[in-house]
Amino acid sequence: MTDISSLKVKTGLAEMLKGGVIMDVTTPEQAIIAEEAGACAVMALERVPSDIRAEGGVARMADPSIIQSIMAVVTIPVMAKARIGHFVEAQILEALGADYIDESEVLTPADDAYHINKHDFKVPFVCGCRNLGEALRRIGEGAAMIRTKGEPGTGNVIEAVRHMRTVMTDIRSLTLMPKEELMTAAKNMGAPYELVLYVAEHGKLPVVNFAAGGIATPADAALMMHLGVDGIFVGSGIFKSGDPKARAKAIVLATTHYKDAKLLAEISKDLGQPMSGIEISTLADSQRMQERGW
Amino acid sequence: MKKCVGVLALQGAFREHRQVLEQLGCDVVEIRKTSDLEGIHGLIIPGGESTTIGKLLMIDELGEKIKELGAKDLPIFGTCAGMILLSKTIINSDQYSLNLMDTVVERNAFGRQVASFETDLSVPAMGSNSLRAVFIRAPYLQEVAPNVGILAEYEGKIVFARQGNLLASAFHPELTPDQRVHKYFLDMIDEHWTK
Repeated sequence: MTDISSLKVKTGLAEMLKGGVIMDVTTPEQAIIAEEAGACAVMALERVPSDIRAEGGVARMADPSIIQSIMAVVTIPVMAKARIGHFVEAQILEALGADYIDESEVLTPADDAYHINKHDFKVPFVCGCRNLGEALRRIGEGAAMIRTKGEPGTGNVIEAVRHMRTVMTDIRSLTLMPKEELMTAAKNMGAPYELVLYVAEHGKLPVVNFAAGGIATPADAALMMHLGVDGIFVGSGIFKSGDPKARAKAIVLATTHYKDAKLLAEISKDLGQPMSGIEISTLADSQRMQERGW
Repeated sequence: MKKCVGVLALQGAFREHRQVLEQLGCDVVEIRKTSDLEGIHGLIIPGGESTTIGKLLMIDELGEKIKELGAKDLPIFGTCAGMILLSKTIINSDQYSLNLMDTVVERNAFGRQVASFETDLSVPAMGSNSLRAVFIRAPYLQEVAPNVGILAEYEGKIVFARQGNLLASAFHPELTPDQRVHKYFLDMIDEHWTK
């Protein structure tokens, strides 16, 4: 029996992206630079997170013509973002043939209580998380891939580190619990019980988990790989830097060879200016994108 | 013979291949640089993005070294991106190839991700029971030379083939519990090293 877009096929694409770098791009030219640098996928956007942050206003799904023009010039998968809860934007992205949808806190949420029921779609979804409960809620809704939220558009890796460490600590603590404690753990973290059982038994999420939100240098990418992520999203970090081509290539290399500090030293040289970053404590609560999502 | 199998670990689903091989009693080496290739009895090139893996193969002449080993009959098995990288001709692309199999491959040949699928595939060389095969933005072989044996077709498209020491599948046997394809490859390794 042939089964199109089964869960296996949805999670399977994320498995194939592992060890790779997914880069935010806003034009076909940037998409070509990303593919040339060795990106395993691109995220087609109208504005990168740091511009969304700077310009303010409501951030929405990109104009379909931007997404199509990017799909036309690269052979690697093309992802696109929909607003949290905006299932019609997601339907549009699926109709365009996007390979993955990011139901993303980088855009302005469309629903203040509910996420998209991602089981309804043929296209797979990736969602952000700050802890295990949030990750398992999204997986329960049908997400086939998870990423840390970090704090997008800041070029500051601290929040991605915090979120990844929190997820890993949460996972480890479940694996140590006797079975009778797992239902209460599920209740406390607001996660589906069956998925809590899975994590307790296997010591890992049932889907691939990438780092996102604040990665700006090859060393940042390697740090996140050491913390146990499966791969890297870079948003503003590449095309808001002084030399996007060189930086993109270096981040790809750093993600593959993250354990080789000598090589990291070589590839970190002469990359020009990194994006200028933002200290998280200077952000007002209303400017923290990671608080979006329920 | 205790087999030591290399799994190219530049990008993609190398962990899954590693797990299957370990379950089958092999030693596994993750290959990231040329010196990792020493002492392996066979090599698996996993699924992933073929353009990404190709670019990473060009560094430190890792690809050239693999090409040499393949030409000297080291058993090599490529899945999905691996099938693309093994093929001598990649349609509409000038991306890096290991240039080993006399095959013409088309990338993303079944369409984008929304067209990805799993199906029951008949593979006579693996017995009469069909094989559950997962195709993800998969390629297929549009043409093969007469010295290439066809192991399976799906809707008339060649999705599994062997040329001597080289094996290539468009689908992902590492994502399903059925170990027959990996066992078949390990038999190829045995054949080669007991010759």
